[in-house]
Amino acid sequence: MSRVIEMARLMQGNEAVAEGALAAGVRFFAGYPITPSTEIAEIMAERLPRLGGKFIQMEDEIASIAAIIGASLAGVKSITATSGPGFSLMQENIGFAAMAEVPIVIVNVQRSGPSTGMPTAPAQGDVMQSRWGTHGDHPVIVLSPSSVREAYDLAVRSVNLAEKYRVPVVLLMDEVIGHLREKVVLPSPGELEVVNRVEPDVGPEKYLPFGAGDQGVPPMANFGSGYRYHVTGLVHDPKGLPTNNPVVAEKLIKRLQNKIDLNLDDIMIDTGKNLEDAEIVVLAYGATARSALQAVKDARKEGIKAGLYRPAVLWPFPQQKVGALAENARAVLVPEMNLGQYRLEVERVAGERTRVVGVNRVHGELITPEEILAALREVHKHDARS
Amino acid sequence: MKERYEIILAGSGGQGLIVCGMMLGEAAILEGKNVVQTQSYGIASRGGFSKAEVIIDRDEIIFQQVQKPDLVLALTEEAMEIYASGSPEIPVFYDTTLLKTRSGENLYGFPFTEMARELGHTGTANMIALGVMSAVTGLVKMESLAAVINKRFSGKVAEMNIKALNLGLALAAK
Repeated sequence: MSRVIEMARLMQGNEAVAEGALAAGVRFFAGYPITPSTEIAEIMAERLPRLGGKFIQMEDEIASIAAIIGASLAGVKSITATSGPGFSLMQENIGFAAMAEVPIVIVNVQRSGPSTGMPTAPAQGDVMQSRWGTHGDHPVIVLSPSSVREAYDLAVRSVNLAEKYRVPVVLLMDEVIGHLREKVVLPSPGELEVVNRVEPDVGPEKYLPFGAGDQGVPPMANFGSGYRYHVTGLVHDPKGLPTNNPVVAEKLIKRLQNKIDLNLDDIMIDTGKNLEDAEIVVLAYGATARSALQAVKDARKEGIKAGLYRPAVLWPFPQQKVGALAENARAVLVPEMNLGQYRLEVERVAGERTRVVGVNRVHGELITPEEILAALREVHKHDARS
Repeated sequence: MKERYEIILAGSGGQGLIVCGMMLGEAAILEGKNVVQTQSYGIASRGGFSKAEVIIDRDEIIFQQVQKPDLVLALTEEAMEIYASGSPEIPVFYDTTLLKTRSGENLYGFPFTEMARELGHTGTANMIALGVMSAVTGLVKMESLAAVINKRFSGKVAEMNIKALNLGLALAAK
């Protein structure tokens, strides 16, 4: 038997997220189980104590995110997992983590909504909430995997990005990917890049907890390590003390956003297929990208020059890439399991240069390759006429 | 042997269909194939329509859902009604302990649950089914399924499942 077969295993998406988080160094999980994310909590409950970590089932999702913020401040990489209803409850503290610059990862395995919706049915309805669910201008990074192996990779990356930029990171899963089992070969521990937060190189008396240098990301002292400082959701000065000083306020809010905006090359991940000569670009993410890839392949067989662009990082929005694709494409097709949340963003960037068309489903079932192919044929015919 | 198989295992929650799909998938991985396994179920943990899908392919599997099943296992009347009415070329295996007997070229009825009860545990019904389905269609090799059983279980449980697998194999010879 070859080594690859020996290493290959059948793994579920949610399991891959848990294993990825552990490989990235996560040693604390606080959560409240909810379909379709429950397996992540189950696996963490079993695995964390054996690794010297801690698992706590909290009374609700508000407490869950509060607990991981506290654990992260104490120096432990921390994660929670939930679905739409729990994600809604977490919004206030996502803002707190953004403002207080506490590295945390929230896994949201999306299900049909609004409210409790259809608990076991897939949807991509939390795309906008993951960017703008908490109030105020704030930094957040959102990643969306399309396979079990990618769920593992992006779980590692979510933890790394949270640590590096001291921001909340949302791993936005689809129910289909969370519950999908697929053959995977995981990387060996040595192959993984694991990022740890930068700690201060000065003593407690000189430490400025929110005084950032050129990088825009302040070094982070762990609570309990001798550094005492004030952590608040109020606008604060470099010492962490509240202020209404407009100069300080503007500088802070802009710096928080610039941690993302000035590091786009480091943060963005995407893939493409057949984009070189594509006349119609299908832009899809998560589980829908699998249907889209099949549709693109089938369309090519019919002579339709289609290509796939798949952002694996949804936020920050891949503005430059989408703009460049729009230059050469006659149309951009955006299939989503929502009523067009990401399409609106694509239109904002590409709408003046090309036609943007949505394929949208909110009935709790997947978008099939046939449905996307039918839309591709329609767009192709429309273009031939005009 | 075919390059690609799309399999549907349908019944109700609690019948072990998802574990059955996982074991089939693991057996195919041992043979160097690509595998995806998906599930759909309602909000109840017991009862209600439940389905596991498995795709086995030599090539990369892009879209993860079954579109044209090559093989169906039906463990409830509801599941049978959904899938037996399909193409007459698609073999449908079903449990005559739980479902009324039907006739049709493509219908393979066996008393899986009754046989499992005689063996000592109704939980082995799925393994009898996997055995006969694999033997009839060449889905995966018996050795691969046996290897998966021995990896997952030990002692008496493993022994009983191997016996169940062989019962399935014997059904196919009939």
